[in-house]
Amino acid sequence: MENFLPNKMRVCDTTGLPVCLEAERFIKLNAVAAVVSLLIGALAGITVALTRWEVVRFVSDLTYYRVLTFHGLNMLIFWIIFMEIAILYFAGTTLLKSRLASPALAWVGFILMAGGALAVNITILQGKGDVLMTSYPPLAADPVFYGGIVSFAVGTLIAVINFFLCIYIARRDRTYKGSVPLVVFGAIAAAIIAVLTLLHGAAIMVPTFLASLGIGWGSVSDIDPAVYRLVWWGLGHPSQQINVAAHVAVWYLLATLTTGARPLSQSVCRVAFVLYILFINLASAHHLLVDPGVSAEWKMWNTSYALYLAVLASMIHGFTVPASVEIAMRKKGFNEGLFGWLKAAPWKDPGFSAMFLSLFIFGFGGGVTGVTLGTHQINIIAHNTLRIPGHFHMTVAGGTSLAFMGLAYYVVPLIWRREYPVKALCRLQPYIFALGLSMMAIGMVAAGMHGAPRRTPLSGVEGAGPWLALLGIGGVVTFTGVLIFVLTTVVAVFFGKSNKGGPIEGWQDMERMKSNLALITSDWQPSKTGLKAKGTVALVLLFMAWFAVYYFANWKALADVWHVR
Amino acid sequence: MAEATTQDEGPPPGTIQKILDNPWLLLVLGIVIPTLSYTVWGLVEWFLLKPAELP
Ligand code: HEM
Repeated sequence: MENFLPNKMRVCDTTGLPVCLEAERFIKLNAVAAVVSLLIGALAGITVALTRWEVVRFVSDLTYYRVLTFHGLNMLIFWIIFMEIAILYFAGTTLLKSRLASPALAWVGFILMAGGALAVNITILQGKGDVLMTSYPPLAADPVFYGGIVSFAVGTLIAVINFFLCIYIARRDRTYKGSVPLVVFGAIAAAIIAVLTLLHGAAIMVPTFLASLGIGWGSVSDIDPAVYRLVWWGLGHPSQQINVAAHVAVWYLLATLTTGARPLSQSVCRVAFVLYILFINLASAHHLLVDPGVSAEWKMWNTSYALYLAVLASMIHGFTVPASVEIAMRKKGFNEGLFGWLKAAPWKDPGFSAMFLSLFIFGFGGGVTGVTLGTHQINIIAHNTLRIPGHFHMTVAGGTSLAFMGLAYYVVPLIWRREYPVKALCRLQPYIFALGLSMMAIGMVAAGMHGAPRRTPLSGVEGAGPWLALLGIGGVVTFTGVLIFVLTTVVAVFFGKSNKGGPIEGWQDMERMKSNLALITSDWQPSKTGLKAKGTVALVLLFMAWFAVYYFANWKALADVWHVR
Repeated sequence: MAEATTQDEGPPPGTIQKILDNPWLLLVLGIVIPTLSYTVWGLVEWFLLKPAELP
């Protein structure tokens, strides 16, 4: 039974799903704020990348820190979290055939978030917040900087509460039967992780804000850095795990939309999300692996033993998403050999290519480097080198950001009901972004292996020069990818051809779209098709082999640090 | 959109499924486990830290 208020709902002409008009407004507002943050964050990113490129040294040392602060916050916090809130409003309403619980709360949340982001950005640009995104004491910023962060976090918490209220009223009004859909389950996982993140955020940023006003701790420089870092990373790292849960949910959604795929096993995928909820946040301890205040037991338990349960979850998703695509493709007749399905996949559909490239970069790049760097012993040769940004650009930029871009190629036609212009360029965009990002991340990892530190414009490290050049060139290509995405999206939203009253034009030919729709709307179970995901198993074996080589090479590099005769 | 909107219909849910269907329980566990394992344990170590003896 649907629970929409009169005149507050429309039916999507493509999917037939009911869309709550209030929710639609906030999906749009948050998505716009996200794309603006992405654009300004990318401008800062290219500035930083060109500064790290030794022969270019684009900006002065102080400007580098200012711009890096701006980049980190706009990319990692504002772009990603605004987009996540848009996803929560979509998952909590349309996918549950339910209405937005409270438009008033949604307004309050959005205003606090947008106001907070604006305050932070202005303070940084005024030169009153050169503290990098982590704002470790004794570095101190203007109170407006901390106030802006607190405001953004409170706004986010309000939006997340609104999402939980949506889940509550959908359940109460029985707008769906049985369990919530998998994509919504993924969104719930993201929202739970968000609550934990924001509680830690409040626990550290509110006292820091007060300290900046001279209340409580005395002043920001009086705060004990050890305790600050401990609690701050309870905010900093889980915020990245919101991304992981959200982009995995987006992978499932895009796999369905672009190929008609259906998860191999609903319950296994759900258990994997629960493993994220329970264990992924312990990974915060990675950031403290060289901190003297916490014991080796605490470090090893949190980063290795318990965390591996969350790694297992990523591996489950990393298998089930491509495997479900493989089964759907085979079912549609692309059943030749090991990789016939992959060759025939809709590579010209930016929703699909973004999803698959995101999965590949996240798993083969971000995942393998992350597990390796998170190993207590190996971390000692990598901590605070450029290997760390190399790793996380493959997770948050190559993984999350690319998945969110892929989602936009469907959200704009479905929610704004406008078509993208210059479709050929849009089809190319995920490849450009993925190529540039891979070059940049490889440059960072390799320069870091030579010992180049992160968070400094200074270099001169022997052997790192060519890799820093690769970082710079890769940065230019990645920036081009972002620019194409932002420009085409803005043009689509404001001037795109309207598709109101009919289905979206779509990114695949008619025949393909019909066969996808047939799978999406029919009742079939992948496990009952008799088809096997052999190609995905081969890809998994390749992944395991690559992981073993990389892991071994790192232990070898650690052993090379000392000489035993 | 069937995958995104329809749910498994079938026999009544078992215990695991009931846990999976309870977002409030997951919310509590998702806060308690990391808070105890990472934050509280870490803070206890920090409280028990003895000041370093200067050489
Ligand atoms: C145009 C694309 C991008 C370029 C050219 C770029 C480039 C860079 C460079 C060169 C650094 C500095 C490394 C250092 O000197 O320590 C950096 C840091 C960083 N980037 Fe990006 N990046 C891009 C996209 C992204 C995206 C999409 C995200 C997140 C979603 C992101 C998150 C970060 C973060 C969190 C840092 C670390 C900031 C810090 O250490 O305080 N970047 N980026």
